[in-house]
Amino acid sequence: MKEKQETLEQAVLNEYKYGFVTDIDTDTIPKGLNEEVIKLISHKKNEPEWMLEWRLKAYNYWLKLEEPTWPNVKYPKINYQDIIYYAAPKPKKQLNSLDEVDPELLSTFEKLGISISEQKRLSGVAVDVVMDSVSIATSFKQQLAEIGVIFCSITEAIQEHPELVKKYMGSVVPMTDNYFAALNSAVFTDGSFCYIPKGVRCPMELSTYFRINAENSGQFERTLIVAEDESYVSYLEGCTAPMRDENQLHAAVVELVAMEKAEIKYSTVQNWYPGDKEGKGGIYNFVTKRGICKGNHSKISWTQVETGSSITWKYPSVILKGDYSIGEFYSVAFTNNHQQADTGTKMMHLGKNTTSRIVAKGISAGFSQNSYRGLVRTSKQALNARNYSQCDSLLLGDKCGAHTFPYIEVKNKTAIVEHEATTSKIGEDQLFYCRQRGIDQEAAVALIVNGFAKEVMNQLPMEFAIEAQKLLAVSMEGSVG
Amino acid sequence: MLSIKNIHANVEGKEILKGINLEIKAGEVHAIMGPNGSGKSTLASVLAGREEYEVTEGEVNFLNKDLLELSPEDRAREGLFLAFQYPVEIPGVSTTNFIKAAVNEKRKYQGLEPLDSVAFLKIMKEKMKLVEIDQSLLSRFINEGFSGGEKKRNEIFQMAMLEPKLAILDETDSGLDIDALRIVANGINKLHNPDRAVLVITHYQRLLDYIQPDFVHVLFNGRIVKSGTKELALELEEKGYDFITDEIDLTAQ
Repeated sequence: MKEKQETLEQAVLNEYKYGFVTDIDTDTIPKGLNEEVIKLISHKKNEPEWMLEWRLKAYNYWLKLEEPTWPNVKYPKINYQDIIYYAAPKPKKQLNSLDEVDPELLSTFEKLGISISEQKRLSGVAVDVVMDSVSIATSFKQQLAEIGVIFCSITEAIQEHPELVKKYMGSVVPMTDNYFAALNSAVFTDGSFCYIPKGVRCPMELSTYFRINAENSGQFERTLIVAEDESYVSYLEGCTAPMRDENQLHAAVVELVAMEKAEIKYSTVQNWYPGDKEGKGGIYNFVTKRGICKGNHSKISWTQVETGSSITWKYPSVILKGDYSIGEFYSVAFTNNHQQADTGTKMMHLGKNTTSRIVAKGISAGFSQNSYRGLVRTSKQALNARNYSQCDSLLLGDKCGAHTFPYIEVKNKTAIVEHEATTSKIGEDQLFYCRQRGIDQEAAVALIVNGFAKEVMNQLPMEFAIEAQKLLAVSMEGSVG
Repeated sequence: MLSIKNIHANVEGKEILKGINLEIKAGEVHAIMGPNGSGKSTLASVLAGREEYEVTEGEVNFLNKDLLELSPEDRAREGLFLAFQYPVEIPGVSTTNFIKAAVNEKRKYQGLEPLDSVAFLKIMKEKMKLVEIDQSLLSRFINEGFSGGEKKRNEIFQMAMLEPKLAILDETDSGLDIDALRIVANGINKLHNPDRAVLVITHYQRLLDYIQPDFVHVLFNGRIVKSGTKELALELEEKGYDFITDEIDLTAQ
């Protein structure tokens, strides 16, 4: 607690501190998107023919689509020909071990608080590090392999485990799913792959750290996690980017597959560059995340702390196919200055006796707009489906907005669906009460906001809860006059 | 310790305090009584530094510092404590964490190291006995769903934890049954010592059966119109506030 409190105080004083640029040779391809570019990406990644075909199919489908306009966000039209689709830090030589990673890269990740050198790695957490379009390093790979857990970059998985990738990639988020998923399917560059064999409880947290470094580039990562019967895995992703005046696009796809009695816990601490105080620059975070509870008694739980990005568009969802399966979504979305977030979840009840729980907390400050959008659907077969949703909004100041768009579709009589929503403002009375006890305004706001977000923060793995709390405090900087 | 000289204060442009003078020395217990709307709570808010209250004239000296120059948090850190008449709820913030944050802010101000959890819990256990407060209350979110009595007891518990030099109790007795009143009053008495002063603001005399004031002041229409010893409180109880107001009317004529 002491530590938490101190880091919080310290953090309140900081601005976005991940905004630096690493000066490193980057292998980039020219701007623009066409079949040749996709062939080039596939070639650079040394991919088998079937992967290239898949990409081209997605690309041709994407060409027929229109960018969605239904989200409650505003931005100028994106010129997809003005983006670099592949950028990779140039390796100095072939790597034999993690210790040989370019020192410049190592120090970049040290600065970000991620240690990838073998000696100083985070105990109990295996990390895959992705910079721009490639995975740089994955730690603890060996130890995990001994118990049958595969944890590697998606590029490596395509080469080493093609049968698994072929079987599951696109099985949860089809390439035809939506505009950004189709785009990602065509041009995805790297990401993580996790496979937990039957009966294995993954002994450590798996995590991926995403970093955008190169200018004018987009990041299109793809993550696939498969948990076989009676297995368990907890996975966490973090992300940062340099401060730039131009907007950069990040369009990822994440797919989770949980078989019988398997459990996947997926946590995100999203801290892409949010743009400056006037709303200039920042990352467009357009992401499709979906999991399927394929087996009976399986469980998928999404937890997200969203503080970064100038625009966030993401709805981590669960398809509850197996009987007695459970889907959870815990979210804190904080927006400040001119940030816009349209985020929420979809819970699709197909199996019998399926349960879902949604806890979404939106905090808006400055001139920001924060929307919760969620769908709960129970099909005809989903007997005794049960959902509980809670959406709370907290407003700091009077120039920001909070919106809630809950959609509920119930197709059978046995379903029980509950939805609760509240909107509140930090009151002068609350602030004065804190100040009368010696807690100054800024610390008081941090205390109240952290209290508001606590239910979700508690879902994060311990190591990251502190990190996330710090982040929230940093993002809040200057949000109260 | 506290010296109030000719304080005038406005709320939304309306003058509520019309020249208050009051001297409080260390070790003393003062009671301010008065009918509704006389300015009792306004005085408490002005001393604590609530921004909606505009001080238009006068000065306040607290422990040799110009109180009105200090921010509310610095007044608290200097040792001024206000037990609120209506303590607010802060969802999601546990009572324990809230008090710990407050205690450590004060320690930081004094140049002391923050207390770690073990040391903090030890002090908390001691003080819990003083105000007969239950552990389960402290793990709940601050004031959320607390009964009236629990809220007031929690205020006194915070006071015990923060060890203020001057405690202002704003109608702490309101809404309490006789048992709760006794517990709260006992807590206050146990915390009282020669270095500390207490300012009790109350409408009724009954709290003063438990807390013996050295001085009683009657506030009426924004001014202290009569001061005396605790006999004054008894007289008020017996005759009602009319006897004071009648007296004032007579003098005015």
